Amino acid sequence: MKVTIDGIEIDVPKGTTILQAARMIGPEVAPPTMCYYSKLKTSGGYCRTCLVKVTKGSAQNPNPMPKPVASCRTEVMEGMEVQNITSPEILEARKGVVEFLLINHPLDCPVCDQAGECKLQDLGYEHGAAKTRYEFKRREYEMIDIGDKIKLHMNRCILCYRCVKTAEQITNGRVHGVVHRGDAAEISTYIEQAIDNDFSGNVIDVCPVGALTDRTFRFKSRVWFTKPVDAHCKCDKCSGKVRLWMKGDDVLRVTARKDQWDEVEEFICNTCRFDRKKVSDWVIEGPSPISRQSVISQNHYNHLNELKVQVLKQQKALGFMDINKRP
Amino acid sequence: MGRKLLIHNDKVPNIHTLEVYRAHGGYASVEKALKTMTPDQVTDEVKKSGLRGRGGAGFPTGMKWSFLAKPEGVPRFLVCNADESEPGTFKDRYLMEKIPHALIEGMITSSYALGANQSYIYIRGEYFYVARILEQAIREAYAAGWLGKNILGTNYSLDLSVQVGGGAYICGEETALLESLEGKRGNPRIKPPFPAVAGLWGCPTVVNNVETIAAVCPIVMMGGEEYAKIGIGKSTGTKLISASGHINKPGVYEIELGVPVEEFIYSEEYCGGIRNGKKLKAVVAGGSSVPILPTELILKTAKGEHRLMTYESLADGGFQTGTMLGSGGFIVMDEDTSIVKNLFTFTRFYHHESCGQCSPCREGTGWMEKILKKFLNGTATEVDVDLLWDVQSKIEGKTICPLGEAAAWPVAAAIRHFKHEFLEIARNKKFVDISHYERLNAIKA
Repeated sequence: MKVTIDGIEIDVPKGTTILQAARMIGPEVAPPTMCYYSKLKTSGGYCRTCLVKVTKGSAQNPNPMPKPVASCRTEVMEGMEVQNITSPEILEARKGVVEFLLINHPLDCPVCDQAGECKLQDLGYEHGAAKTRYEFKRREYEMIDIGDKIKLHMNRCILCYRCVKTAEQITNGRVHGVVHRGDAAEISTYIEQAIDNDFSGNVIDVCPVGALTDRTFRFKSRVWFTKPVDAHCKCDKCSGKVRLWMKGDDVLRVTARKDQWDEVEEFICNTCRFDRKKVSDWVIEGPSPISRQSVISQNHYNHLNELKVQVLKQQKALGFMDINKRP
Repeated sequence: MGRKLLIHNDKVPNIHTLEVYRAHGGYASVEKALKTMTPDQVTDEVKKSGLRGRGGAGFPTGMKWSFLAKPEGVPRFLVCNADESEPGTFKDRYLMEKIPHALIEGMITSSYALGANQSYIYIRGEYFYVARILEQAIREAYAAGWLGKNILGTNYSLDLSVQVGGGAYICGEETALLESLEGKRGNPRIKPPFPAVAGLWGCPTVVNNVETIAAVCPIVMMGGEEYAKIGIGKSTGTKLISASGHINKPGVYEIELGVPVEEFIYSEEYCGGIRNGKKLKAVVAGGSSVPILPTELILKTAKGEHRLMTYESLADGGFQTGTMLGSGGFIVMDEDTSIVKNLFTFTRFYHHESCGQCSPCREGTGWMEKILKKFLNGTATEVDVDLLWDVQSKIEGKTICPLGEAAAWPVAAAIRHFKHEFLEIARNKKFVDISHYERLNAIKA
């Protein structure tokens, strides 16, 4: 099926969503996502950051869609035309969504373990306004320990439902969910019951913000001071393919490997995540690829050459002359 | 005197019993449909009648029925939406309370047309006493053979049950209703798929309002073409209007679509004019979520024509100068009403009822309420009017279900038509009495 996103045409199989098609084209036109997770079924549609404008429904029915649609939950049609970054209306709507997500967020990034790998930080930086217009008291909750490994910081939660879907789809029995309604809704376990099963730790990885954090890593280090390396081990519960976050020879944290879109490649078990914290537990494969845009790539110069080339290209494109040759 | 098709018998003593209802011509449409018509013929009559959904959106019912997927071996369901929660709307309650068998008769005829063998009435939690009335009526209908196996000796069987909701406005949205009916949290589903393809338990489902289903009986009896003669243009038939506010005779009225708004407000047959001899200030014509209109625009359209009680005439001029017929919750306000205070009440409601699933509605409705509260306690500035406008524009059309719009439209319309009131409060730091809200909150706490 042929679909055009921001003027770029691409051929995709039937059943592809607009978001997936945009990701195939590249990160420049891919809408940001806070709740959608390609590895989780029925995820997406809640956060509304991936809204796009469909200017032509399909070749058969060329009418535009009346309202912006969530690209993560809308399948492409033959001949569909979509505007994302080329529609000022969509950029404005997205700015609104970012503002809504932030009005009740505590903005406690300086003390939040997620800082540096937080999707909400990225989103706010790329699409948000510099100042808030919200002048009222922010929503507050008590922190809760759900089990001895996971901390729930409800103040930071954006209710993306990812952790709920993870628990439902990859663990045997969900014991947490969303309680209450509207802006009083919160993630909670059944009467503060512990989340305790072999794959529960994955809710930490899917959380886009600092609402669910790893209690074995809390306040140990800022993520950009740790060095990510890919490693594996023989595990009878999961694939054993993980990412170690190291400082010197210490393994501070173990997470699943994440792809270009910050999504887990393969879910890992709690033994790998919480208990194997010695280098001798692992076979190290090498440094993990980290996007140059990420603050985590600071101090890791894997991409220095690439960076030089890009800077040169940019200067050339902008028409800069060699400063010494100027008259 | 307009024709009445739905509540013409509402004053008959004991009309809520099967015996009296039957004596007044009840269940005739079931007899006619099951014995002399095929399901498709019933659907055709509904199509011909031009009946439009009475719940608020006004979607043609016949078309909705024809969208129902009919795969082999998969059950189909008809669900009646009796979760009437829109502030200002109480017509379904009246109908179910007075003439419960009218709904049950409509359910049987409609289920037959759709080929459903199990149907549900989903009723809001606050109507628990109405649910009891319906359950009693259903028991009577089972005992008399109108429900159950082989109705009237034909091979058509139907089971009907009443499900009481937990009292959430959002469960009036059809997909949230289905979630709730399945026993889950009442969150709207993301469409597509539409209920006509995958609804209740993943099976094809039609969800219709109480009044829509009740209207099927007169349509079957008099024929679709005859029914379509009532009303004007695409607004056919009769409509129940719940009139409330500062009028002499609040209540539920059945009108023929096409009655002029002016006649509806001032005639003795309907609302009987504004109470205490006051002047009309504004009208919310179709339940709290539709745009409010000032006197000059509700009585006459921007073009100077008389506004009529029809889907088209009320919507004339779009949202700039028009509104919607909606669910028929007709709220009249006299000259002493504070539009800002009224808007605060509406917004407070939508904040309370937002399900919290998608961000613009979850966060935005509460924000709007807080800004409006500033107007009421005299701390608002002129900037807040613009902020309020901006916040509503960022909610409208960006949400999963129409609750976002329902919350944004009244705010937009109040600012559009009554901006001077907001500015006056902001400039003069006028204090509006909200002590009763504080008392209410104190009681709740």
